[in-house]
Amino acid sequence: MGLRRFLIGFATLSALGLLWYGATSVTGLVSSGRFPSPIETYTAFQQIAWRGYAGGTLPAHALHSIRLVAMGFAVAVATGVPLGLLMGSSRKAEALINPVFLLIRPIPPLAWIPLAILWLGLGDAAKIMVIWFAAFVPAVINTFSGVRSIEHPVIEAARMLGTPPWRFVMEVVAPAASPMIFTGLRLSLQASWTTLVAAELVGALFGLGRVLNLAQQDIYPGMILVGMIAVALCGWMTTRFLAFGEARALAWRHFEAKPAR
Amino acid sequence: MDRRLSHSETIGLGALGLMSLIGLWAAISGFGLVPDQFLPTPIAVIGRFIDLFREPFAGFTLQQHLSSSLMRYLYGLLLAAVIGIPLGLAMGWFRTLDDVVTPIFEGLRFIAPIAWVPFAALWFGTGIGGPIMIIFAGAFPPCLINAYRGARFVEPRLIEAARMLGTGHRRMLMEILLPASLPSVMAGVRVAAGLGWQSLVGAELIVASAGVGFMMVQAQASVQTPTVMAGMIAIGITGLLIDVALRQGEGLLRHRLGAD
Repeated sequence: MGLRRFLIGFATLSALGLLWYGATSVTGLVSSGRFPSPIETYTAFQQIAWRGYAGGTLPAHALHSIRLVAMGFAVAVATGVPLGLLMGSSRKAEALINPVFLLIRPIPPLAWIPLAILWLGLGDAAKIMVIWFAAFVPAVINTFSGVRSIEHPVIEAARMLGTPPWRFVMEVVAPAASPMIFTGLRLSLQASWTTLVAAELVGALFGLGRVLNLAQQDIYPGMILVGMIAVALCGWMTTRFLAFGEARALAWRHFEAKPAR
Repeated sequence: MDRRLSHSETIGLGALGLMSLIGLWAAISGFGLVPDQFLPTPIAVIGRFIDLFREPFAGFTLQQHLSSSLMRYLYGLLLAAVIGIPLGLAMGWFRTLDDVVTPIFEGLRFIAPIAWVPFAALWFGTGIGGPIMIIFAGAFPPCLINAYRGARFVEPRLIEAARMLGTGHRRMLMEILLPASLPSVMAGVRVAAGLGWQSLVGAELIVASAGVGFMMVQAQASVQTPTVMAGMIAIGITGLLIDVALRQGEGLLRHRLGAD
């Protein structure tokens, strides 16, 4: 089963690769002004990797983008998760904050980009603000519903034992809600990347989105493809990193899943 | 998780929350703590919002921008549903198709929809084709994934019964898998609608010659903050209406399926 899947997948991707080479380089069915051939892509990669493009080399652009995502994401987690915990554990807080949330939530994070540029300019601060907005909402919502889905006996037991509020939140509520919190963080991370790329495409001085933007203006399909692959790889890497953190933090789940004998 | 609040307490606290947000905004902008170009007063934004329906900005009035946004949006979403749902169902039924498409799909999924903007502009231009492709890129994955999951998790009894009665592939897809996975498909369409709307806004900010997003970028370039914020309100309200409409549709469909 696994082998069959692997073989078919491998065959498909090889066929796609051949098709790409055939359609661009051999037959010229797809002109290089529309989609780059493998060789043009490699040339573009060589150029940005060694000589640089759009004011820097590929690692420099990638690191810049990763840093912005990490900062926006960190701010969103640091504010969103506590807010979700608060709204989940106190109905008063929920009643107070929820309407504000409902008012702001329908505005897609990308729609904040022009305002962020007006407020903070084309630099890093505007990007961090928009990423924060994008990643904040999933963090709050999932933390909130994670808290609300905790089984009642757990809460009642903690209450009965007279757990003080701070320990109640930190040692009972947060761990019990953590699987949902991590689901929220995964969504937040995804939203962060989408938002960063959009923000950098609208206007940026540096970063992977800037590479894409300039390549589009220069009508340089090879560089566009390199930029897209770089964005996908960076997104994939940060997702793996988060999954690693999740596996570490939720190691207890594996024990829980096994039948206790 | 303290005691449940009474109805009046919920409303009172909610009103307090909203009032403090708007009050804060009004206080900061009204007392001149920041320049008007930075944060206009709520009244200025609402006034601008209403004005935009009468006087054109960036070539069109707000309703014209909105209708050109909505048209692109509907095309993109429709295209995603028309391709994604049948493909997802077929992938759930034919294993070879699943094995062929999944590696491609998994590879493409990590590319944020917005990252397709340069190619979309190159291939389909900045008028209507380019933005449609971006909306498609945003809305396609949830359509496909939910149809696939729906088809995979159809009750085996239904499939076995249909098989035993000698149902062919086409009828199996149309008459067993599609109806049985409809709740999952509908949920996917709703997610797709949200992501598509988000992608549309992004696409219009970067490449477009009309539409609400285009209007906002033009306003940003000429430092007209009230117009930018009015655009945000228009986008928020429209997105909300789309979601409400789809929820209603989903409810109706469930009701009918339950009644049948």
